[in-house]
Amino acid sequence: MTATMSQVGGIVRRKEDPALIQGRGVYVDDIKLNGELTVAFVRSPFARARIISIDTSAALAIPGVRAVYTIDDVRSLGPLLAQIPIGKLRPLLADGVVNHVGEAVAMVVAEDRYQAEDGAEAVVVEYDQLPASVGLKFSATDEVKIHDDLDSNILHTWVSHDWWPGVFELEDHRPAIAAAKERDDVVIVSQEMVNQRLIPVAIEPRAVLADWSHGYDRVTLYTSSQIPHAVAGAIAKTFGLPVNGVHVIAPEVGGGFGCKLNVYPDEVLVCFASHKLEAPVRWTETRREAGYSTIQGRGWIGTATITGTRDGEILGYELDALADMGAYSQNFTVAIPVLGLYVASGQYNIPLAWSVKCVATNTQTTDAYRGAGRPEAAYYLERAIDMFATEIGMHPGDVRKKNFFKKEDFPATVPIGLTMDSGDYVTNLDKLLESSDYAGLKAMQEQARSEGRYVGVGLSTYVEVCGFGPSILAEFGFGWDGYGLPSSFSGSGLVRINPDGSATVFIGTGPSGQGHETTWAQIVSDRLGIAMEMIRVAHGDTTDSPMGIGTFGSRSAAVDGAATYEAAEKVRSKASELVAHMLEASAEDVRFADGGAHIVGTPGHKVTWAEIAEVAYKPHKGPEGMEAGLEAHAVFSPGNATWPFGSHIAVVEVDVETGNVDILRYLAMDDCGNVISPMIVDGQIHGGIAQGIGQALFEEAVYDENGNLLSGSLVDYPLPTASDLPMFELDRTVTPTDVNPLGVKGIGEAGTIGSAQTLVNAVVDALAPLGVKHIDMPLRPKKVWQAIQDAQEA
Amino acid sequence: MKVSMTINGRLVNGDVEPRTLLVHFIREELALTGTHIGCETSYCGACTIHVDGAATKSCTMLAVQAEGANITTIEGMAKGDDLHPVQEGFWERHGLQCGYCTPGMIMSGAALIAENPTPTEDEIRHGIEGNLCRCTGYHNIVKSIEYAAAKMRGETPPPADWEEVSA
Repeated sequence: MTATMSQVGGIVRRKEDPALIQGRGVYVDDIKLNGELTVAFVRSPFARARIISIDTSAALAIPGVRAVYTIDDVRSLGPLLAQIPIGKLRPLLADGVVNHVGEAVAMVVAEDRYQAEDGAEAVVVEYDQLPASVGLKFSATDEVKIHDDLDSNILHTWVSHDWWPGVFELEDHRPAIAAAKERDDVVIVSQEMVNQRLIPVAIEPRAVLADWSHGYDRVTLYTSSQIPHAVAGAIAKTFGLPVNGVHVIAPEVGGGFGCKLNVYPDEVLVCFASHKLEAPVRWTETRREAGYSTIQGRGWIGTATITGTRDGEILGYELDALADMGAYSQNFTVAIPVLGLYVASGQYNIPLAWSVKCVATNTQTTDAYRGAGRPEAAYYLERAIDMFATEIGMHPGDVRKKNFFKKEDFPATVPIGLTMDSGDYVTNLDKLLESSDYAGLKAMQEQARSEGRYVGVGLSTYVEVCGFGPSILAEFGFGWDGYGLPSSFSGSGLVRINPDGSATVFIGTGPSGQGHETTWAQIVSDRLGIAMEMIRVAHGDTTDSPMGIGTFGSRSAAVDGAATYEAAEKVRSKASELVAHMLEASAEDVRFADGGAHIVGTPGHKVTWAEIAEVAYKPHKGPEGMEAGLEAHAVFSPGNATWPFGSHIAVVEVDVETGNVDILRYLAMDDCGNVISPMIVDGQIHGGIAQGIGQALFEEAVYDENGNLLSGSLVDYPLPTASDLPMFELDRTVTPTDVNPLGVKGIGEAGTIGSAQTLVNAVVDALAPLGVKHIDMPLRPKKVWQAIQDAQEA
Repeated sequence: MKVSMTINGRLVNGDVEPRTLLVHFIREELALTGTHIGCETSYCGACTIHVDGAATKSCTMLAVQAEGANITTIEGMAKGDDLHPVQEGFWERHGLQCGYCTPGMIMSGAALIAENPTPTEDEIRHGIEGNLCRCTGYHNIVKSIEYAAAKMRGETPPPADWEEVSA
């Protein structure tokens, strides 16, 4: 066996890959249990209707159909749990009314998939259709009020100076901005912009399989989830079990992007059915069904306004927006805009007035989709800054630099009261402007224009907030209290040296492709000198992993990674005592490397990890009085969030005859602090950018006025393909954080937060000679072509 | 209906309902779960296999249509401990994250190289257009297939991004 000694910052092939590239990875739908039953749901054809009756008799008569459940069977278990109970919580099955197309009305359980589908077809539901409220502006009028027991479709309004009353006493910047607007020497740019609804589309659809073990008073739930411990908490709370009565297993998870960061009705319902029917019960989502059964993201319309001087000083940034919540509030639904609020003023030391109204509509619920609020915030701000730069005829980089927080300003407190850990924005942007030869790109653009080609260069910078702390912020609603699992933002790691000298690392995250097995092994290998091949990283099983709140919000490395580092340090400390005893030296002189330990200055004087482990597990061979065994658990509670940042440039060419946008180059200069695995970090940025480009150019969840989802299949919801994207040209600056001992910030969402507006800025830059000032995403050819025609007519 | 075919070099017989999709036969009857299902419109390509050497989406075929066919799934690509060069390329060049689209991508990549041993970047991108990946932005998938094509030609693969950086 090869022995790969990993240093943090080194390149190693992923530990995850051998199984996955050979088709041996196990996802939920690959697991088969004896005697399992299968579920199909009866779904509403209407966006809003009263349910008059549900007749299940014909379905129950179909051979193989074992049960049909409606809300009457499960009302006592609901509604679905959520963190922030603002808005209407989702009943487990429709309760008297349906509020979006595809809402589950009844659940059929049968012996095979075909019988279940036949059963669902045979359930007769009589509806009295009601007017639906679809479209943000319409819903905000309350002309059609969706929920009888709520005062308004506007569920809540988040304002920047008063977003958490009683905790943050903040200055209201509105009077200062209003005064600035009265000045003679200011320029005001204002634009209404849509940040459209998106469907996350993890390529693995969601899948669940419950197995209730009556004699053991325990249910095992296999689920494709980013948050296994939180699911266990929610299932336990729902059924009145202690959390140790719920065993959640998230095996391989085929992509998440936030859509597997919810506890869903189906997860509860398969547990219920398994308990009732005394058999394992499975449900696997189809792609089309995912439009109804899995959360969507974004869906904002808002007006961004910048007031500033002609020499580029920004005197105020305002956003007045509506955000689509869908019909029901689930996990974080109404809180998603708050994540945008945290970065509402971006990297800039500027006055801020932000107001986002959360609006219920008769559509599927929205919640966290990669970036969750932060891409929206960055989009409005960075589009507005670009318009401002264009208006005053200033270099878009210079406008940004003029208003940036400077390196010496950190830690820097932003208008909404949070404090950014570290940043060096000018250096980062300058490095990209130089490495991209921005001036050369603009010269190339001029040359192209002279040839009648429409080339554009788009720039955007961004700051992200992730890896949340401090603990108090969890009280706002981002802890798992709603799921019966009181937690802060802590992460944990347990490092065990086994008696043979191998190591097992147990973590509480829920990876879905981020490479935690590799990155965590690198952290441990780096601290302990154990070969990568001798380290196994266990995750995704609530029985054998320490408590962890899961993988989301670019938090895993900065929080759980830091905890694992600290656990490894504890092991190292004890192992140093053991080695000192074995080699008759001082513990301070022990060094770990190359599969064992030696005494500094005498590399030949060494022991292997197998030898250290033997002494650890045989106390009579070790130091007098030392506890046997060699493992440590650590919990890391971050004192602050981390704030990664970066600068992106896109170069595009627009075919003005067809409206087609071709991406010529895409360059990104990201800064996520120290880097544990450069290969994995770059991969995260690639994927993040692709999702931002997907939003900019292709993707949109389209609803008609009756609330029908018109883009529910991959035929109507175009994801970027390989032909649509260029090679990404990545580089980085490194500004470590002092929030965690690794100095790392998050990187999972950065690419997405930086990219959508970069593309739009580029396309608008390309079409500036034609008078185009803004086009709403997605910039599909027809829309771009139309914008050109409209600008020409204007 | 009775059906028989060769899968990964092994003759298999089955008795299926006529409406059974080939992908369901492979996953459920033969327990070869490396072939994945990501949609029902043949857009995602996660179910790509080789049928008589051609990359085929196994959700677009009925099991009975594969009567007598010679089929390779992802499980049949490695020979013992020896990975297929495309599998090796995906490992060496970080061509996968969550791994769900990966088997289909590898099958498409292998078929592409079999047809065109010297594909350009553009040809690779067009060749895998029918396979969707949500994690990688395709950058490293293209690099993985370039790596494999070079290996299969007996050449040294182009350097990885990180090798270029350190050079």
